[in-house]
This record gives sequence, structure tokens and C-alpha cells, in this order.
Amino acid sequence: MNILKFIESFANDNLMLSKGSRRDSFGQLGQLGKGLALASVPFGLSALTNKAFAANGTAAAATNTPIGALQLALTLEYLENEFYAMALESGVVPASENGGRDRKVFEQISAHESDHVAFLIAGLGGSGSANFVPKPTFDFTVGGAFDPFHDYPTFLALAQAFEDTGVRAYKGQAGNLITQPELLTAALQIHSVEARHASEVRRLRGQKGWIVGNDRGGLPEAAQAIYDGEQNTTQAGFNTASVSNGSAGPAIPAGAGSEAFDEPITGDQAVAIASLFIV
Amino acid sequence: MKNEVKIQEVNPSFTDRRSFLKISGLTMVGTGLLIAGCSNDDDGPAPNENQLPGVKNGKFDLGGGDFGVLTYAYALEQLEADFYTKVVNSSGFNTNFSIEERAVLTDLYNHEVIHREFFKAALTSALPNASTQLLPTLAFNYGTLNFSNRTQVLATAKALEDTGVAAYNGAGKIITNPDYLVLAGKIVSVEARHASAIRSLINPNSKDFAGDDIINSSTGLDAARNPSVILGEVGRLGFITTPFTAKYLI
Repeated sequence: MNILKFIESFANDNLMLSKGSRRDSFGQLGQLGKGLALASVPFGLSALTNKAFAANGTAAAATNTPIGALQLALTLEYLENEFYAMALESGVVPASENGGRDRKVFEQISAHESDHVAFLIAGLGGSGSANFVPKPTFDFTVGGAFDPFHDYPTFLALAQAFEDTGVRAYKGQAGNLITQPELLTAALQIHSVEARHASEVRRLRGQKGWIVGNDRGGLPEAAQAIYDGEQNTTQAGFNTASVSNGSAGPAIPAGAGSEAFDEPITGDQAVAIASLFIV
Repeated sequence: MKNEVKIQEVNPSFTDRRSFLKISGLTMVGTGLLIAGCSNDDDGPAPNENQLPGVKNGKFDLGGGDFGVLTYAYALEQLEADFYTKVVNSSGFNTNFSIEERAVLTDLYNHEVIHREFFKAALTSALPNASTQLLPTLAFNYGTLNFSNRTQVLATAKALEDTGVAAYNGAGKIITNPDYLVLAGKIVSVEARHASAIRSLINPNSKDFAGDDIINSSTGLDAARNPSVILGEVGRLGFITTPFTAKYLI
């Protein structure tokens, strides 16, 4: 891939919006985001939720339990795992440029997501367990709107979206696991791996490894739901945007306050994002 | 301010007028902090006096329970913040580090100072008697570490960030207050983003950002270690010179 062309393609927000149908499909994400921002469950979300947890009609309601947390995590890991496996098989990931960096990065991420799927299935008691949820059928083109397995910038953009979403989703489930110390620790151990992934994918895209305000980092506007709320600068009543190190070091910019803390999303928000890619 | 005065009158935890004034003068959002601290006192069971942070037998003990974990995190964030302050102040910072490295290290400096100040404010607010229970500002000595030496700085940053991730991952299970658990979660993922970036700067064209040396290659899990283990490792680094104990942390 021509690296200049690659950078140029990220110089504007038109990535993935060049066709009318693409605009429409990301518009769908925008609609979901708006509904969630108003703290109301969008119409039809329960149907999406059932799709995400096809094997168990009660799983959606059980999201705020330890089992529900693991089922949500497994669904997200299924999504990431299949996404990276398909990408590596498709050849969209450059094999030799940058010292083979991209290929090495996504092989490692793919291996971890595969491990996470196996780990979570085991944690739910195996594929024969009543708590098991099967892998949904994914469509990473979202009805033909995206071409992540032929267009590397699109693949990278979706990878960033999935990893940053994963970090927020695991964080949102921590409270649901507080009564289960071993599961909580394991979830935290996956959570920080997703954050390491997110940082590297963002850096491959020329972004900072951490989220700046609610900046979607060149992703289309309709992906804003993934970053809404990340601009928070109030932590337990403390204003993270007005911190000084006195005369000990350089001034701390206000914008660093939200970078220093990642924000959670609810199970419903995570399901809404994942459901865009579930047939 | 009216609310604060009222809370002070009914809450025996804030009979220490000096610490109360210190809290209310902290920032413009002091009211929120104060109320958060008080509601904790009102609603929860009385904390075990013996496990609160404070000087015991001549040394500061980090304490147990949620306050112990928060104080432990405050100690680690003090170390990270002090380290990066010295990095960005070093005489060789602008000459020995690339533009990208300086950008990353400056962001890490910003974030870690913010984390430190956050814990200081949160603990000052939440502790029943912060004047004696807040961990003091620790002293540090890095020995022969050359803060202008790129290799040494990045290697130390990697160790500190990986340690921070393992520390938060291991401490999560000790936390009983869900709000504190989420706060720890908000910080640990940023530490993991840091660790990944530093590892990537050290060895860019590789899988080291989440390498097999730190992520278990059969489970895909990051490290998680108990406070006692982490404190042993940090103690062996020898950077923290202020003596303290952690009798109540596993």
C-alpha cells in the first residue's frame, strides 16, 4: 500500500462515505447513538439484543448479572475474533511494509481474541452449558456499505472502533462481576489486553493511543456513538481538566483530563454497536 | 457552601475543622467531593478503625479495604507522576528523544500527574480524617538512572506501566464499592494504552505492544498481581525512599 495515499485517505471524514448506501448505514449507527444519548432504549433494540444472544431469549435481561456480563463479552469477542481471522485470510493486511508491522500486530491481536473466545466459553461452562451463547452470523460489510477485507483503511477504522468499544464494554461490566472475584479479575485481564490493542491500532492509524475528548479520530461522524461520553472530566467530583503540577513541571493542558480516564458503556450500548454487524 | 457547613455539623467525621477547610478549599468542585465522602460515611458500615491508612508503629501503613487499595494506587501514581516529571524536565529530553517519543512521554506525564492529583483529592474527601490518614507525599531516588538516556527511560517506563496494569488488575477484586471499581477500571485501561505505546516505541515493528512476555499466550490474559507482590517488586526497584507498610493488603 502507498503510505501517502493511506494517510491522505484519512485527511477527511469521507472514508466509507463515498457511496450513498454507506452514508445510510452509518446513519443507522448515528440514530442508535442519539437514542442512547437520550438514555432511552431505541425502538427495536430488544430485537437486536435477541439477535446478539440468539440461543437464550432471557440473556438480554440477564446482562446485569455475572453470566450476562460473560455472555456479552463472548459476543463481542466472537465479533472481534471473526473480524481479524477474516482480515488475515483476505490478505488486506499489508504483509511486508513497515518491517511487517501491520501483519505482526494483527496476527497477535487475532491470537488474543481467539484465546478470549475459548476462555469465555470455558468460563460459561462450555458449549453444552445452558449459559452458552453461540456465535452470531456477522456481516462486517453492513449490507455492502463497507469493504474492510479489501480496503485497508476501512479495516483499520473498524478495528479501532471494535477495540475502543471493547474497552468501554468490559469496563461497563466490571460492576456486574463484583461478587465474583475470579471472574472479575479475568475480565480485567482481558479488558487491559483490549486497551493495549486499541492503543496500537490507534497508533497505526496515526492517532494517539488514548482517546482525546470524544474525538472519533477520523472515523465517520456516525461512529460518534462509540466516543460519546469519553470527554468526561468529572471523576468522583474531581475536575481532571484543571490539574496543575505547580512549579515541578510543565503545565498540564486541560485536554489531558479526559485522556487520562477511559469511560464505560452499558451492556445495552455495547449490544447496540455490535448489532450493526450482526445479521 | 451552605450544604457543606450543614454536613460538617451532623457528621462526626468532619469535626476536624482544619481538614474540612482543606477539602472545601480544594477546587471549585469541592462540594461534590465532600458530599461523596459523607454519603459514604452515612450509608456504609463504619470502617474498621484498625485498617484505616495512617501511621502505625512509626511508619505509614496503607491500610486495608477500599481505602487501602485507593491509598496503594495513590502511592503507585505518585511514583509514576514523579518519574515522568523528571523525564520531561531532563536536560536531554529535547535532544535524545524523537518527536513521537516526546509527544508520548509528555502525554504520560500529564496523565500520571492527573491520576496522582485525582487520588489525593478523592482520598482527602473520602477518608474520615485525612489529616492523619492521607498518604504523605513520598520521596524518590532513582539511583544511577539517567533521565536523559532514551533506552533507560523507555525501559523504566515500560516496567512502571506494565506494573501499573498488573497492580490494578490484581487489586480490583479487593474493592467493594462499585464506584471505586469503575474508577480503577477507567484508569487501568489508560495505563494499558500507555504500556502498549511505550512497548511499541521500544520495538515498533513487532508484537511487543501486547507481547507474549506480558500476555499469556494460551489464555490471552494480561498480568494481575496482588498488592503484596507488586509492592515487593516496587520495593526492589528502590525508587521509593519513604518507608511505608501494607499490613492489611493481600
